[in-house]
Amino acid sequence: MRSDPADYELIAPGNLQAVVSLLAAEPGKWLTIAGGTDVMVLYAAGKLPARKLVSIWNLPELRGIEISPGEIRIGAGCTYSELREHEIIAREFPLLASAARWTGGIANQNRGTLGGNIVNASPAADSLPALLVYEAELILVSGRGERRVPYLDFHTGYKKMKLQPDELIRTICLGRKFSNYLHYSRKVGTREAQALSKVCVAAVGRLRGGVTGSVIDDVRIALGSVAPVPLRVTEVEWIVKGKPVEPELVQLTRKMTSWSRNFSSNCAAVGRRYE
Amino acid sequence: MSDSSEHRGKEDRGKCELSLTENGKPETVRVYPMERLLDVLRQELGLTGTKEGCGEGECGSCSVLMNGELVNSCLIPALQAAGTNLTTIEGIAQGPQLSALQAAFLECGGAQCGICTPGMILASSHLLEKKPKPTLDDIREGLSGNLCRCTGYTQIFDAVMEAARRGPA
Repeated sequence: MRSDPADYELIAPGNLQAVVSLLAAEPGKWLTIAGGTDVMVLYAAGKLPARKLVSIWNLPELRGIEISPGEIRIGAGCTYSELREHEIIAREFPLLASAARWTGGIANQNRGTLGGNIVNASPAADSLPALLVYEAELILVSGRGERRVPYLDFHTGYKKMKLQPDELIRTICLGRKFSNYLHYSRKVGTREAQALSKVCVAAVGRLRGGVTGSVIDDVRIALGSVAPVPLRVTEVEWIVKGKPVEPELVQLTRKMTSWSRNFSSNCAAVGRRYE
Repeated sequence: MSDSSEHRGKEDRGKCELSLTENGKPETVRVYPMERLLDVLRQELGLTGTKEGCGEGECGSCSVLMNGELVNSCLIPALQAAGTNLTTIEGIAQGPQLSALQAAFLECGGAQCGICTPGMILASSHLLEKKPKPTLDDIREGLSGNLCRCTGYTQIFDAVMEAARRGPA
């Protein structure tokens, strides 16, 4: 049944400090809402457990993409449209740009945020395998200060993550170390557009001797929609690293990837919870 | 302020004053902050051109422009629309004069039952604003969040192409 707006509180304090104080005063009581593309869907369906919401849409501290020589820092409130239109992201982190393009239609890309996609924690989120292969780090903020954590093990199970009730994601940091890598991603959904992934692959790799080389120097591979959390298949990476690209290796990689999906420790620990 | 709030009674508790600009016209209404912008438009402001389809951001029938950006009004809590400039389908024509897009939709058969049409027009107008000379792929992508169950889309794409050919009107 549809929710009654009279049952809900929503405030928009307008700055990060005020939001953080609110979360600190009543941890777990307030749900942050940015572009609403996930929260409002639950709300419309009468399935939103939180009754008190605080808007973080357009908070200046969560906006913008900062570029430094070593890394780019994406404000958690950046929208998909901002990501896909950003020149440096398109050039150095194309998997993130294509994930942004794959997510929803234009209206949802104008409202959906990268931080929101992370905390919504859908195993089918297309941006998350990209964040895994780019070895993103997250800056989390709370009344207790800030901490920087790797994204790699941030999601611990279906819709579970290492985010305290008084914390929110402030920034997503990407090291600018992939410019001489090959970037590959593919999404398989029910349709070309506006469909959740059945499976999504993101990978970066570097060949010894450059793009014409034939030996794999370094590789990172991540999968979406195949487990309760987005999965980086490090076992496969170890096996193919240092090997020449040959048909046998391609076969082995395929076999190892499906093995990795089924038996990775990440998956086994939470497999029962898979919904 | 507090006096008048008391007079408004129980029904009004929890509501807030929301000011926004709708098709160039400033408006102030009292709404619950979590009311959907779609409902504010249709019920408080009487702008029933904006349609509700799925109510979950999949179909694009409720598309409006918010500060020039295409959004699904069913996914926007009223409070987040405070101070914004909204364009709805009611603001597209200049009086009796249809916009180039609307005229092209009529001529190309881009509208049948009409439920998706306001959203299609707004999504197309957003697209042409960003890409005045779109390719067919641009149009398909620009309208990928808007579902139509009548036309099979071909006439809609033709209409957008035709409007682009004629240029801004």
